[in-house]
Amino acid sequence: MKSPVEFASACPVSLKEYPTVTMAHGGGGKLMHDLLEKIFFAAFDANSTPNRHDSAILELPVNRIAFTTDSYVVRPIFFPGGDIGSLAVHGTVNDLAMSGARPAWLSAAFILHEGLPMETLWRVVCSMREAARRCGVRIVTGDTKVVDATTGEGLYINTSGIGVVEHSLQIGAASVQSGDAVLVNGDVGRHGMAVMSVREGLSFQGSIQSDSGPLFNAVEALLSNQVEVHCLRDLTRGGLASALNEIAEAAGHGIAIEEEAIPVRGDVHAACEMLGLDPLQVACEGRFVAFVPERDAARALEILRSQEAEANAKVIGRVDRREPPWVVMKNSLGSLRALDTPVGELLPRIC
Amino acid sequence: MKYLDEYRDGATARTYAQEIARITTRPWSIMEVCGGQTHSIVKYGIDTLLPAGIALIHGPGCPVCVTPVDLIDKAILIASRPSVIFCSFGDMLRVPSNGDDLLAAKARGSDVRILYSPTDAVQLAVSNPGREVVFFAIGFETTAPATAMAVWQAAQLGLKNFSLLVSHVLAPPAMEALLSSPDCRVQAFLAAGHVCAVTGSEIYEAMAKRFHVPVVVTGFEPLDILQGVLMCVRQLESGQAKVENQYTRAVRAAGNIHAQDLMRRVFQVAPQTWRGLGEIPQSGLALRPGFEAFDAQKKFGLSSVHTCEPAECQSGLVLQGRIKPPECPAFRLGCTPEHPLGAPMVSSEGACAAYFRYRSLA
Amino acid sequence: MCLAIPGKITRIDEADSLSRTGTVDFGGIAKSVNLTFVPEAKLGDYVLVHVGFAISQVDESEANAVFDYLREMGELSELKERGP
Repeated sequence: MKSPVEFASACPVSLKEYPTVTMAHGGGGKLMHDLLEKIFFAAFDANSTPNRHDSAILELPVNRIAFTTDSYVVRPIFFPGGDIGSLAVHGTVNDLAMSGARPAWLSAAFILHEGLPMETLWRVVCSMREAARRCGVRIVTGDTKVVDATTGEGLYINTSGIGVVEHSLQIGAASVQSGDAVLVNGDVGRHGMAVMSVREGLSFQGSIQSDSGPLFNAVEALLSNQVEVHCLRDLTRGGLASALNEIAEAAGHGIAIEEEAIPVRGDVHAACEMLGLDPLQVACEGRFVAFVPERDAARALEILRSQEAEANAKVIGRVDRREPPWVVMKNSLGSLRALDTPVGELLPRIC
Repeated sequence: MKYLDEYRDGATARTYAQEIARITTRPWSIMEVCGGQTHSIVKYGIDTLLPAGIALIHGPGCPVCVTPVDLIDKAILIASRPSVIFCSFGDMLRVPSNGDDLLAAKARGSDVRILYSPTDAVQLAVSNPGREVVFFAIGFETTAPATAMAVWQAAQLGLKNFSLLVSHVLAPPAMEALLSSPDCRVQAFLAAGHVCAVTGSEIYEAMAKRFHVPVVVTGFEPLDILQGVLMCVRQLESGQAKVENQYTRAVRAAGNIHAQDLMRRVFQVAPQTWRGLGEIPQSGLALRPGFEAFDAQKKFGLSSVHTCEPAECQSGLVLQGRIKPPECPAFRLGCTPEHPLGAPMVSSEGACAAYFRYRSLA
Repeated sequence: MCLAIPGKITRIDEADSLSRTGTVDFGGIAKSVNLTFVPEAKLGDYVLVHVGFAISQVDESEANAVFDYLREMGELSELKERGP
């Protein structure tokens, strides 16, 4: 990661002249034109056509495409293992991957608070450029607005994405069947705790890095090895508990998981114990659950493990016919409990 | 984590449950005092491991739950002042009062910040000399020493822009109040382990004798609670009423005298209203006269605020252990963590929240 | 009432007039902790930490008490069954 000094000296907008974003940068005039040319186009244009039209024209090689959108408002903007920019690319790219679509094009819309340091903007945009390159996607269109605000640290990003569907499966909750194995591609809770570790008032020292990263390679590996993928869901806000509950409800099937099978790193476990949080409810950004037929489970696990060995992919449970179709979990004591969707913002507790 | 994870071993837990079943000849009702113990019991399904005759009654040991409701209103009022930075532990932010809470106040523009430690608030006051820093000081005897240290540090530094909204409560008076109630069903206590790390276990000797009730100081992990229950049942079956210490790795008979010293220097015992339980004499802590300058209620000149609790909320009965959360008509219907009627549904230590979250499959 | 977790003291800061502080490691993450209430605790000792304060030193010799008690109960019940 480049140091802030390197970023500052590389920032194409003169920081002496414009150390922060101003309302005029969003005004549609020369300053805005400069901002677009020097920051956004300079970063995202590397392998794009230099057209500056209102929309990007795309050549689609197939009949089925996946289309998704998401907005990113994480605080703080920079955290161990990533920032709002890389998150905005990975998050949308991963939503496409969850349909089994190869991510191809992204749009990026920015809402900036007046007073946002220009260097912060440049760092975030460069991070997006790097993430897009790693994911093999191009950022082809976008928008910028500057708003009045009481604090100058505001930066919000929306990314929409188009992906190309090259398989003929119907990957989604409707395809989930009783008896399916449930796999997770790695240990959970890293992202949320990485962000927590630098949050004012709650910070702690350690080496927990966000797991934010692209998932399509893992998905492609499953598909190209003829694993009959029934459903995929990336774990974001609300963590594993949230994702499993969404699928159980949409599929109308119960899911039974074993707590001892769920991988959680020692330091994430310790951070959660310290703040009184449940790792199964903590956000991830580079993790997904896959529902595959039992006969494909062992092969799918091997494939996921070969993608990222240190992440510790595991089979965590099975889909069943229980009524009502809840998500239930067997804990270390052998007790069976419902694992419900978390409610509201996760707040660290005193007791 | 060392000295934590090993006390969650399933095989040992089942062996404890078998031993408890082996020696139980009659029904017994045992109260676990602390919300953290309730959380553990419901999360791990410890009550389902015990023989049918052993009833675990959930106690009022959740400081978030018992903070007087008018203090929440005062907190929101203070936080709404532009010069104020209002600091609190995370789980206080969603406690409802008159349909409002600190999180909503934050959304309206109040500067409300979550802190991990009371001394962080002192640091905030030092680095923000132009702002008034107010800390919501809640907790049992476990937390009072930390608050005392924050006050003492602020006094040493001569800070003028730091104060606390105090609601510290004491466990033994609440236990005695419950025992003194005519329809009390509690026959033994699992006393709160971390409270006792500070206060010591010998403070319960008089209570155990007077009410002829076993008191076992107990930890929080499943094996701690199971051993605590076994020790209670052994006493109950043999008609004993002693104070015993299950949590020997953390609790000494005399407790932590350094922590107690500082508490005594900064605080004095005072009457206290417990949300859901009413006023219990000599059950709270108030700042001593020498530290009055740090009392936010005095500093901001707040008189009593009129608050009303929703009629359907039965958190008082839950906190007294008279009903279990699922027996409340509003449980899961009108009252959920998203739209709580009372504090026990909001605090993740509260019994209602624990039952909501770790839903039984029965 | 009280979320307190055990951790190992990995550093003790130079004492200042306000407090004795140090760093406690909780199995991979570390936090600055106020050690004023455990003046006898040394580097390498385990303490219970609640809201940034060490409230008690872990008595490591008692760590197995939970398991020893169960074993003793088991032995006791065996003796009773065997009879005199």
